[in-house]
Amino acid sequence: MNEQKKENLLTIEDLVVEYDTDEAVVQAVNHVNLQLGRGETLGLVGETGAGKTTIARAILRILPDPPARVCGGRILFGGEDLLALSEGKMRRIRGNKIAMIFQDPMTALNPVETVGDQIAEAIGLHEKLSRADVEKRAVDMLEMVGIPGERYEEYPHQFSGGMKQRVVIAMALACHPELLLADEPTTALDVTIQAQVLDMMDNLKKRLDTSMILITHDLGIVAGMCDKVAVVYAGEIVEQGTTEEIFDHPEHPYTVGLFQSLPRLDSREKRLRPINGLMPDPANLPQGCKFYDRCPFAVPECSQRTPEMREHRAGHFVRCIRTGGEK
Amino acid sequence: MKRKKKSRMREILHRLFKNKLAVAGLVTIALLVLVAILAPVLAPSPYEAQDLESTYQFPNAAHPLGTDNLGRDIMSRLIYGTRQSLRIGVLSVAIASTLGIIFGSVAGFYGGRVDNILMRMLDIYQSIPAMLLSIALAAALGPGINNAILAIGISTMAEYARMIRAQILTVREREYVEAARAINAGDFRIVTKHIIPNALAPLIVSITMNIGNSILAAATLSFIGLGAQPPLPEWGAMLSAGRAYMRDYGYLVVIPGICIMISVLAFNLLGDGLRDALDPKMKN
Repeated sequence: MNEQKKENLLTIEDLVVEYDTDEAVVQAVNHVNLQLGRGETLGLVGETGAGKTTIARAILRILPDPPARVCGGRILFGGEDLLALSEGKMRRIRGNKIAMIFQDPMTALNPVETVGDQIAEAIGLHEKLSRADVEKRAVDMLEMVGIPGERYEEYPHQFSGGMKQRVVIAMALACHPELLLADEPTTALDVTIQAQVLDMMDNLKKRLDTSMILITHDLGIVAGMCDKVAVVYAGEIVEQGTTEEIFDHPEHPYTVGLFQSLPRLDSREKRLRPINGLMPDPANLPQGCKFYDRCPFAVPECSQRTPEMREHRAGHFVRCIRTGGEK
Repeated sequence: MKRKKKSRMREILHRLFKNKLAVAGLVTIALLVLVAILAPVLAPSPYEAQDLESTYQFPNAAHPLGTDNLGRDIMSRLIYGTRQSLRIGVLSVAIASTLGIIFGSVAGFYGGRVDNILMRMLDIYQSIPAMLLSIALAAALGPGINNAILAIGISTMAEYARMIRAQILTVREREYVEAARAINAGDFRIVTKHIIPNALAPLIVSITMNIGNSILAAATLSFIGLGAQPPLPEWGAMLSAGRAYMRDYGYLVVIPGICIMISVLAFNLLGDGLRDALDPKMKN
């Protein structure tokens, strides 16, 4: 897609988030830079605990504080720094211009309220509409995600997992947000429903011209949905670029490892090839490159200093000392 | 929306009425209320009428439930007593649970320092035995039924506060609470709409159970002259007044005791049924 033409909607600069616990300071997000254009979809890929969800919550400013603390950086949304906004102004954005889809639809809905009322609540909090109009809009939203309007009066337990996730999506899209944060929206669903829900999200996104940050650890979903990818490792972005570029020419050893660990259909392999070792403890991050311990190409220098983001090819950034001049 | 709210109400009632035990409880409570309202009509004689020539009579034709040490008709006193006892039971529990829910939900929802301060205050509060505290409060407020209700309500609030706090601690971590935050619901809205309704179930049972305890606590206050003032009849007071003659005239304590038991049972059955009816998952 032609990125150049797209206006920038969200820019994250040098974001740092820490969690203060009794024992230690957990460095969850370290100097993250991201850019997202209008209508684009960015995939945030990384393993559990890499800090993906923390980034999304920081954008909405719903990090639990304490223990979480945003220590630095800026999040520019439509020219305004979200981190510097007053709570009052933030409330006009939260749920209205930026909305979030949660990971587990089984628990993301209030069990004692009807689904219709929950969608209506999202609308009523932002739009000055009469009760009847709000309800009508909620019914429309339900139908937009493929649920008959008559089910307005039903409770979450009467819906299947996939249907619940549709309700959650309807809630998120109810105010036509400009930016949608989807936190592993299909992880809790089985594969066939996953495909349905993703298709629907993609269609709605195009129809409403919404930008999206899709958090996932499923590279297949990224390939199908995203324009750009950022690979997150231990709170840092280690590689970033267009989906095509990253999939065709992965450069960072971690990204390469991720692709290699996928089972392949076109070659006969008996075993999967995992990346050895575990992600470093974020309360005790090593000096230098965070991937040093697990990297097959590590040289002593890697443990000395943290490599910077370098442009490997046009629009393709990598955080590795092997990239660029020092190969 | 009016129409919808009504139909949901009807749905809850429908589920409630399908539960036979709950209906039995509801009917019993309705009867008790009726008896309280119609006391002057139903009672064979005024509650304070003494007949010193016919004291300690076993149940007989003239006095269906017998007479007490002053020759007062126990049946009449029981009927009038329904008024006080129901009022004490229901109102004091209502006061206690309201205070408890407010304290407990603030502590549970905000957590951290607020929680710590409120809970340590409750610790101090609970280090004073509830009975002693209500006696002290009732003594400070002065004798009388309303003051007794207030005293009992305030002194038993801590139990509810702890219970709702514990519930809220688990509910507030659920994803739908975070989701509500993400669509920009305020704290008050989140607590009242998303957290409390999901945390209430165990409380309803405890509330209905405690109605009986409150009636007995009020009896204790009357016993030391702080609750219902004689000759105003009240079940708990009748029970404790009959205590001295229990060995020879057992019916003096058994009869008011049965009344208390029946009303506690009725509230309990209703509470149980209500809890099930309010849970959308119990549909059909």
